[in-house]
Amino acid sequence: MRWYYKLPLRLRSLLHREKAELELSEELQFHLQNQIEEYAAQGMDRQEARYAALRSLGGVEQVKEECREARKMNLIGNFVRDVRLGLRMLRRNPGFTVLATLCLTLGIGANAAVFSWVEGILIRPYPLVSHQERLVALSGTVRDERAETSWPDLLDVQRSCTLCETLFVSNITGATLSIGERAEVTTGSIVSADYFDAVGVHPIMGRGFERGEDNGRNAHPVVVISYRLWQTRFKNDPEIIGKTQRFDNVVFTIIGVAPEGFYGTFVGRAMEYWVPVSMQEVFYGGGDKLEDRGARWCEAYVRLKPGVTRNQAQQEISAIAARLEAEYPATNRGRGIRVWPLWETPFNHAGHLLPTLEIMVVVAMFVLLIVCANVGNLLLVRSFARRHEMTVRLAMGASRGRLLRQLVTEGLLLSACGAAGGMLVAYWCRHALVLLLQVGGGDVMYLPGQIDGRVLGLSAAICLVVTLAVGLVPAFQTRHLALADTLKTEASAVMGARGRAWFRSSLVVLQVTLSFILLVGATLLMQSLRKIRTASPGFSTTRVLDTWIPLVAAGYDAPRAKTFQDELIQRVRALPGVETAAYARVVPLGYESYSSTPIVVDGYEPQPNEQPTAKYNEVSPEYLGTMGIPLISGREFTRADDENAPRVAIVNQTMVARYWRGQNPIGQRLQVKGNWVQVVGIAADSKYSSLRENAEPFFYVPLRQFFAIEPNIHIRTTQSLQTVQTALIREVRTLDPNLALSEMMTLEEQVNRSTSHELVAVTLVALFGGLALLLASIGLYGVMSCTVSQSTRELGLRMALGAGASNVLRLVLSRGLLLTTTGTVIGVALALLLTRLLGDLLYQESPRDPLAFAAAFAVMTVASTAACFLPAWRATRTDPMRALRAE
Amino acid sequence: MAKPTDLVQGTLDLLILRTLALQPMHGWGIAQRIRQVSKEVLQVNQGALYPALHRLEQQGWIRAKWGESENNRRAKYYSLTPDGAKYLRQEQAQWKRLSSAIDLVLEMP
Repeated sequence: MRWYYKLPLRLRSLLHREKAELELSEELQFHLQNQIEEYAAQGMDRQEARYAALRSLGGVEQVKEECREARKMNLIGNFVRDVRLGLRMLRRNPGFTVLATLCLTLGIGANAAVFSWVEGILIRPYPLVSHQERLVALSGTVRDERAETSWPDLLDVQRSCTLCETLFVSNITGATLSIGERAEVTTGSIVSADYFDAVGVHPIMGRGFERGEDNGRNAHPVVVISYRLWQTRFKNDPEIIGKTQRFDNVVFTIIGVAPEGFYGTFVGRAMEYWVPVSMQEVFYGGGDKLEDRGARWCEAYVRLKPGVTRNQAQQEISAIAARLEAEYPATNRGRGIRVWPLWETPFNHAGHLLPTLEIMVVVAMFVLLIVCANVGNLLLVRSFARRHEMTVRLAMGASRGRLLRQLVTEGLLLSACGAAGGMLVAYWCRHALVLLLQVGGGDVMYLPGQIDGRVLGLSAAICLVVTLAVGLVPAFQTRHLALADTLKTEASAVMGARGRAWFRSSLVVLQVTLSFILLVGATLLMQSLRKIRTASPGFSTTRVLDTWIPLVAAGYDAPRAKTFQDELIQRVRALPGVETAAYARVVPLGYESYSSTPIVVDGYEPQPNEQPTAKYNEVSPEYLGTMGIPLISGREFTRADDENAPRVAIVNQTMVARYWRGQNPIGQRLQVKGNWVQVVGIAADSKYSSLRENAEPFFYVPLRQFFAIEPNIHIRTTQSLQTVQTALIREVRTLDPNLALSEMMTLEEQVNRSTSHELVAVTLVALFGGLALLLASIGLYGVMSCTVSQSTRELGLRMALGAGASNVLRLVLSRGLLLTTTGTVIGVALALLLTRLLGDLLYQESPRDPLAFAAAFAVMTVASTAACFLPAWRATRTDPMRALRAE
Repeated sequence: MAKPTDLVQGTLDLLILRTLALQPMHGWGIAQRIRQVSKEVLQVNQGALYPALHRLEQQGWIRAKWGESENNRRAKYYSLTPDGAKYLRQEQAQWKRLSSAIDLVLEMP
């Protein structure tokens, strides 16, 4: 340890630079004096001795530089000097600086924003929740399709899973919260009692739930409220714990306030309150589900023990599920349990956004590459102008490494500015996804990007890579500097000469290629969105309205609900402007999922491994007419198809084709949930869960025979939504003044909501594609104007020899378009390979659609022609005399 | 007289340290002393001497102090630090081992 010598030395070199420099000079001077005297003593004359002494030392300045190097003085000193020099350079070229910084800000900002979304939505979506890297989502499966799980099943998994640290339920729910005058539907979670311990979040006031609070039907009306709810609705009431609050119609005791910044565990919404699972009946209705293994409603998360992989956990959980299947065949046949990484969570928005965000990562990288090429090009143009400076410095003894370091420092300055700007961009864009989804009609409320250490780290890494990229590009050019040549001749290039312009040209080609690919992607996505938005879902969307009335919360049981439904539908049908109205348990393309059942079809022999299943909807009379779904043959349900009548069903065309092989099924039998029902009609196929789905067997059963308390009401009308809504509220109030209406919307909006994620993808890719096009055009423009200004002499000569303006124009334009065409051709080849990545996002659109390629090509050509035109026009204005005289 | 032998790479440091082990000295003096002691065989490259001195100082083997020279000029005197002395002993032992090994090989019958 000799630091006690070193430290003062280092500090001295740094802090007392001038003194150290003086001493160095003095030391060498002393040496020279002695040497001169010695030579003089040997008989040389004074002057001769002096030269000889200098020679034997080998150049005072060089020795000094080596000494500085030896002291490591240069390392920091040079850096400081480089930074100062770099700043001066940047200040002297404000146009260049602003343009480069802006480009880098966009490039780095786009990446940082996308990273922050990936982090905040897919990787660590739940602020304050501990160890999210070990968190996985857990859902049930029916014959390998995702489904909910039951509470008893989850308890069994929790008991027997040795690889799971904790398992907790977190279901989303909504409730009307009235405080004082204001009533508002708020979103909350139904959670298991160990929830707060499991997520590692502790209420700042009061307590979380206690063990046992998830037992007993409606036994624990306790609630933990969010910090925001406490602040806004309860005005920071310090005495809040122990007070009561009505949720729907049940009184809950507030036992805790969650910490600030904890939003629960649902991607897409911020939770306002948490209640234990024992209270689920209040929110969901339909009886006590805690003891019923067949009642599937739970969505859960598991935290794996450290070091356990998802596959290992899946194997163990699958084994448990298989055991449950054997033990409880009545409820669990064909059912499994599956774990999902958080980014594929099927029951919140994460899974839907995954493909979009994957594409965005790639697209943002493309933009960054284009930006690097662009800024690299700008720096090259400048380094061309600085060639003289560089050469002089080389001649004066600066090492190439030293020049390199300076160029990299300048790159670092630029990219640091860019990175700072980029972080601002990312910060401003935190909530951009929510805005986009809301514009698209989505029901997402809360979807923030998260700028944490990892995002900052990644952005810093990008910044470094960019620094090297943009700093080394001009360095690459100076590599070839031949001292004598550059000092002797002034720069003068020839149009179309291959020589040193090839590197910059290839950068432009790279930009054109990348932006062409993005343009193709954007065009494909736009066409796909247009198709999906204009695709017919098989039912009419414009004149049909949809809403529902929360009856469970108002304390209705099945008989009361039946009476209410009957009376209401009579009144609605009598409203002016209403053509028909009907109930259905599930809205097509909505959030709720259909019932699904194994079926047995009379006269159909399933294959040995085949278990015929189909989804179905519980609907009232006149449903098909209201929805505008064509009835192919047979009849609709009537009021006569009630509990006491024989059970009936209407099947869709695909079902007829598959199970009756096109034979007329009317009058045939079908077994649903163990009951035989008779087919009375055939409905046309339509879309049920998603616009992308393929035609599936599907059937309808009468609501009265398969009863649900809270069906949706569909109203076909010629009136506006507001008119119908007002009238409906009036009718509902007449029947029961305690009832409210849920949100009303047209089916069109319902359909749009189901495609809001596509809209986000299209908007973002189109935005980035446009950005890329702009950057590439700037790049092309820059290269062309630079080429023109550097070949002024040649152009002057040509014009003096009789070339007309049109010749010159053609010369320059053709050069620019050659670059574009090269880039586009490479772009076509790469796009053919890459657009497959869009796969899942495209709807009835081939990733190699020639139309999209043609459109992108047209846009590219127009943009690049525009970018080349100005420099070309300027070239035609070259004054031959002045150009030649300037040499 | 034969051409002065160039110093073997890395031995300059050793020679400087050994010379400074006798007494504190300035750069010029070190070069002179090495030349004299080696009977004019070892010619220190003056261009390399000063960077070497600065490097050794940086490493903490020697330290510098300003003083008066024989002819009353201000000169920078270098002296060995205790660490430098220890380092010198190690290097000297190392050198002896190396050179005797080379001798053994060269004097093979």
